[in-house]
Amino acid sequence: MARVHVPFDLRHLAEGRAELEVPGDDYRGLMGALGRRFPALGQALQDDKAFVLDGEIIDAPLLEAVGPHSEVHFLPRIGGG
Amino acid sequence: MSEAMDFRVIGTRPVRPDGVDKVTGRASFGADFSLPGMLEGAVLRSPHAHARIKRIDVTAALGAPGVKAIVTAEDFPSVAAGAIEGGEGGGDFADLAGNVIARGKVRYHGHAVAAVAAQTRAQALAAAALIEVEYESLPPVLSLDAALADNAPLIDEALKTKGLAEPATTASNLASVIEMGGGDLAAGFAEADLVVERRYQTPTVHQGYIEPHACVGRWVQDDQAMLWCSTQGAFDVRSMTAKVLGQPVGALKVIPSEIGGGFGGKTTIYLEPLSLILSKKSGRPVRMVMSREEVFRATGPASAARLDLRMGFAKDGRITAAEVTMAYEAGAFPGSPVGPGTMCVFAPYRIANFRIKGLDVLVNKPKAAAYRAPGAPQALFATESALDEAAEKLGLDPIELRLRNAVEEGDAAIYGPKFGPIGMRACLEAAAKHPHYLRPKEAGVGRGVAVGFWFNVGLQSSAEVHINEDGTVTVIEGNPDIGGSRASMALMAAETLGVPYESVRVVVADTETAGFSNVTGGSRVTFATGMAVVEASKDIIAQCCSRAAALWSTDQEMVEWRDGAVHPRPGVNVDAQPLSLKDLAGQAGRMGGPLLGKASLNAKGAGPGFSVNLCDALVDKETGRVEVKAFTAIQDAGKAIHPSYVEGQLQGGAAQGIGWALNEEYVYSADGVMENAGFLDYRVPVASDLPMIETQIIEVPNPGHPYGVRGVGETPIVAPLAAVANAVSASAGVRLTELPLSPPRVLAGLDQA
Amino acid sequence: MKCHVQTQVNGEAVEFLCDPTATLLEVLRDTLGLRGSKEGCGTGDCGACSVEVDGALACSCLILAPEVEGRQVSTIEGVASPEALHPIQNHLLKSAGLQCGVCTPGIVVAAKHLLEQNPNPSEEAVRYFLAGNLCRCTGYDKIIRAVLDAAAEMRGEAA
Ligand code: FES
Ligand code: FES
Repeated sequence: MARVHVPFDLRHLAEGRAELEVPGDDYRGLMGALGRRFPALGQALQDDKAFVLDGEIIDAPLLEAVGPHSEVHFLPRIGGG
Repeated sequence: MSEAMDFRVIGTRPVRPDGVDKVTGRASFGADFSLPGMLEGAVLRSPHAHARIKRIDVTAALGAPGVKAIVTAEDFPSVAAGAIEGGEGGGDFADLAGNVIARGKVRYHGHAVAAVAAQTRAQALAAAALIEVEYESLPPVLSLDAALADNAPLIDEALKTKGLAEPATTASNLASVIEMGGGDLAAGFAEADLVVERRYQTPTVHQGYIEPHACVGRWVQDDQAMLWCSTQGAFDVRSMTAKVLGQPVGALKVIPSEIGGGFGGKTTIYLEPLSLILSKKSGRPVRMVMSREEVFRATGPASAARLDLRMGFAKDGRITAAEVTMAYEAGAFPGSPVGPGTMCVFAPYRIANFRIKGLDVLVNKPKAAAYRAPGAPQALFATESALDEAAEKLGLDPIELRLRNAVEEGDAAIYGPKFGPIGMRACLEAAAKHPHYLRPKEAGVGRGVAVGFWFNVGLQSSAEVHINEDGTVTVIEGNPDIGGSRASMALMAAETLGVPYESVRVVVADTETAGFSNVTGGSRVTFATGMAVVEASKDIIAQCCSRAAALWSTDQEMVEWRDGAVHPRPGVNVDAQPLSLKDLAGQAGRMGGPLLGKASLNAKGAGPGFSVNLCDALVDKETGRVEVKAFTAIQDAGKAIHPSYVEGQLQGGAAQGIGWALNEEYVYSADGVMENAGFLDYRVPVASDLPMIETQIIEVPNPGHPYGVRGVGETPIVAPLAAVANAVSASAGVRLTELPLSPPRVLAGLDQA
Repeated sequence: MKCHVQTQVNGEAVEFLCDPTATLLEVLRDTLGLRGSKEGCGTGDCGACSVEVDGALACSCLILAPEVEGRQVSTIEGVASPEALHPIQNHLLKSAGLQCGVCTPGIVVAAKHLLEQNPNPSEEAVRYFLAGNLCRCTGYDKIIRAVLDAAAEMRGEAA
């Protein structure tokens, strides 16, 4: 189970929780499980946030494997100059 | 990578491959291109900051001399909402299209309303003036307060605030709200011996690249289109333009010109779709070049921002709590960089109890574009000013105060993930020992310290390495070279392949020749495209090894690559001379064909960049004028591939940051017209305004890159705002919290002291 | 009515037709194909279009093309000889005094003019002389050093 840190401003979509234990071997599995539990949260994360796996911002997460002890964060998207 | 890597060419300072073309005037920039039969374009821009377009009549203009085509929003497909990919963050295609040409409503003074193509630019301008537009003017919204007021005029009647706990039911000018938090704020403040609480403000500023936006578009009857343009990213221009025109991406070829500066401002599109539709309608190529005034009025500014900040400190300088509300002006469409701003604002420090709120607010000004470390300079101006004030009040050295709170490897960043190896502490320690910091100040001079931070990004890059038959090397990549990146790519290829720097030629190619690469921006090119060049070079090495092994009738494990040649491994009994790249290239035709290495990747592991800046400033108490007497920029580059160009990034960022701190600002009239849309009145620093800018490169290798590189382009602009403001405040003897610190504002501050 | 203008550009006799209101910069770039001079502002504020007219430094965006009738115009294209770059060009390359390079032609023309007037300028003199040439990329540091080094080389001192 990966540990998913729920963004502060989306916790109301996860019954106020700051962290969730979510199953899944990869990004799709994880987001699928998350979306089944909290559909609005899953949608908001996909629409507005960048996926961060074990400290690394993953720009193209679709095929990303998620480990059993992975830490997942979601951040505002970053651009650049 | 190992700590003690020995480099052969990396870290040297050769002349850049495109240098001679650029010092002799031969290099072709955006406006330097022409095609047979080419027309010249001009844009009709809104005279109102906020108005409804009732009617546009182009009849008279169409009959004017030399006119071949006129376009308005009606000539463009309506574009559905959808996020823009490519790491620029916070953009939407429908907004992008609406910014390129106004549909139904103009949202800022200078918003494009129509465009004309004619035989000469003078004819195009004259015809544009004949286009009749009937407007119903609306009250302009020009400040954060006006935008957020109850019953404020709505800039986008359909805009509902995102990020609220309860979905918004009515429209407003507040595009989104972002919140972050952790710990126990009240307990943190209760623990504090000192609380610093202030409002900090920064103005709208422009990237100020010297080359105005320019392009040439050609649309052919079979719907194949070509675009030559000055951009930070040809592939991003291609995808954005194709989307705005409703065309398949493959139908559009984008050729990037040399680019005369961008700093983030050339990561989007303005003229490109206009020139293509004008070309489609006229059947001729169309060149469009902005005037400097248009550049100011209709492109790029960086968001003005207002930060209400409160920080608590223990006596020993430890930060016990921090709270900030940061409102950024997005301009006329959503998407200020407040998101990254919220993540940067406290990023350099360990803070257990914090609360951050970010607001993205629409105003009737041009849509904000990226500007070096988007969102970070405004954010850290506030934090670093507050820390300076705390150090002063607690009687602590400002560097010591920062060291006591500095993040280190293994710490969780305030925005969540853990830091890998970072140079925050190393930069602070270097600053404390720097001759600039140790030397006595001249009388009346104030000395300011500030920290800078930027995440750095990776994103997608491709590269090809071709070995020519004489062993020389051609690298093909797709990232326009704004600041010497061809030299860095050549150095990395030469290092990897073991060949001389001079034998490598780097080509920045068009979208049909190079593999896909995201923009030159976000400090990603030396890191990510560099990584692709290194991998493509390794691909060549693997091919060389396999060919040599076959030639020597041995296994590939029995050979190795060393000093630019394949050797039998020590102890392997093969009677063979080493085979150099040149040997193998000469025989390539007989050994399976040309040597061509490729790599395409989505780079992970861009290590964050930290910096510390030192500034000495002297305030003339009679006039309020500030003189920057000395400036030092210290920054972690991971590994400096070409140190001169790294220093150049530090110095250029410092100069832009000093301009932001002291002089630069958009001045608006009450009806929303920018009053200083030229370099005479929008004053960027000139040579006589600045001292030499000392630099010190710190190298804490980034494990995410084969040679330890971190991006260096963004971080340099972050610290100068507070470094300058802290120095000016010290010299003036009064805390100044609103930029720019122009003479009238400094005098006003002195009056209150 | 077009104007017929006869002039010298980089030592060569040149004639062209232009609108009476055309600027020298427009004619250099679009009529004569000399695109090394750049337009950064068109209002005399950036120096990217710097040229010399009869030996005087000028912004070509502020000069009307018909005004150069019978005069000598020197542009960036005439600075290097076929055999060698000018010392200022060499030192800009050596000390990385350019990033994007769009300001560089104007800086080369202006700095060359300065060193012809004053072979031994102080740092301050270089800074004030080049104050009309905007560079947004470099922070000027490496440009100033390159000009000082070029001056030393031209004086025969080791740079
Ligand atoms: S273009 Fe002539 S001074 Fe700027
Ligand atoms: S090098 Fe870009 S403006 Fe000077």
